Amino acid sequence: MLYFISSVVVFFMFWLVLSGHYTLMLLAIGAVASILVVGLATRMAVIDREGHPIYLLYRAVWYWPWLFWEIVKSGISVSKIILSPTLPISPTLINLKATQKSVVGVVVYANSITLTPGTVSVEVEDNEITVHAITTLGAMDLEEGKMDRMVTKFEGGIGT
Amino acid sequence: MFSVGLIAVLVSLVLAMVRAIMGPSMFDRVLAANSTATLAVLSLSLLGFVTGRPDFLDIAILYTLLNLVGTIAVLKYFHPGES
Amino acid sequence: MAIFIDILSWASIIIGGVFCIIGMIGLMRLPDLFTRLHGSSVTDTLGAGFLIFGMALQSGLSLTTAKLIIIFGLILLTSPVATHALAQAALHAGIKPKLTVDKTGGHIAGED
Repeated sequence: MLYFISSVVVFFMFWLVLSGHYTLMLLAIGAVASILVVGLATRMAVIDREGHPIYLLYRAVWYWPWLFWEIVKSGISVSKIILSPTLPISPTLINLKATQKSVVGVVVYANSITLTPGTVSVEVEDNEITVHAITTLGAMDLEEGKMDRMVTKFEGGIGT
Repeated sequence: MFSVGLIAVLVSLVLAMVRAIMGPSMFDRVLAANSTATLAVLSLSLLGFVTGRPDFLDIAILYTLLNLVGTIAVLKYFHPGES
Repeated sequence: MAIFIDILSWASIIIGGVFCIIGMIGLMRLPDLFTRLHGSSVTDTLGAGFLIFGMALQSGLSLTTAKLIIIFGLILLTSPVATHALAQAALHAGIKPKLTVDKTGGHIAGED
């Protein structure tokens, strides 16, 4: 029920941003539409703990700024590699163990790896992630496990 | 100022197009198309600011969503049976 | 104050445009598909991020800024999914990445 209500709230906020007109009739139509959409999605059984992880929201407050800072740092280093005339790349393929307990945690870890320039998660299976990195140094950084620990803390250890 | 950004985005759009035409494999072309769509979203929002009509942002939101669906659809089509 | 915001927004838009061009130069210069993914990733995160930050500074606290934040969030959510799907499909289609170091020992996750 919590996930139903929070999804309705999220969809209604999306309606408010897109519409821009705040008359009573449009607000009522928006509320009815969001309840209808979430009702349909509930019948498809996608609104649950895994499909709508709203409980991660308050921990995202410190995880997202850290991730943005990582993105900026590695983006600048990848830009230096692209612009340097000798093109000093050393492509590396590496297997990583994900220590997250839930599926959501592993997905967040794999997506964070892909979002950071310089590393792409190529294949994910259970707790094993194969990563392609543009330099061996970047692969070493991931192997050291800072991001893994951050995501495990973000997930909070409560898993299904 | 927005026109400067728009020119930069258009230059990179040309580079993405060259890769889409050159690309040796099909996946290079899909990657170039994906980048083209992201750049199209950016140029749509910048164009909205240049002409002073922020309505273009709604189209940009729609195009961001279509980008993902289009990429996944092409990959599914060329690689059936895998998730 | 207004001039300060103007300067910040100029700088942000120029940096964003430069990162867009750098990412696409990477798409042109890098030697094989898997390394080209990294070039496109620079455009998707840093280029889009700085451009949208500059636009948001110009429009101030308004509905336009909310829409720009939604666009940025959607790009951040959809771009890794598309990149991962592309890399996985390319690997399964038999495209071998050019590697200088292979730490997997030929073992890819999910294969026995």
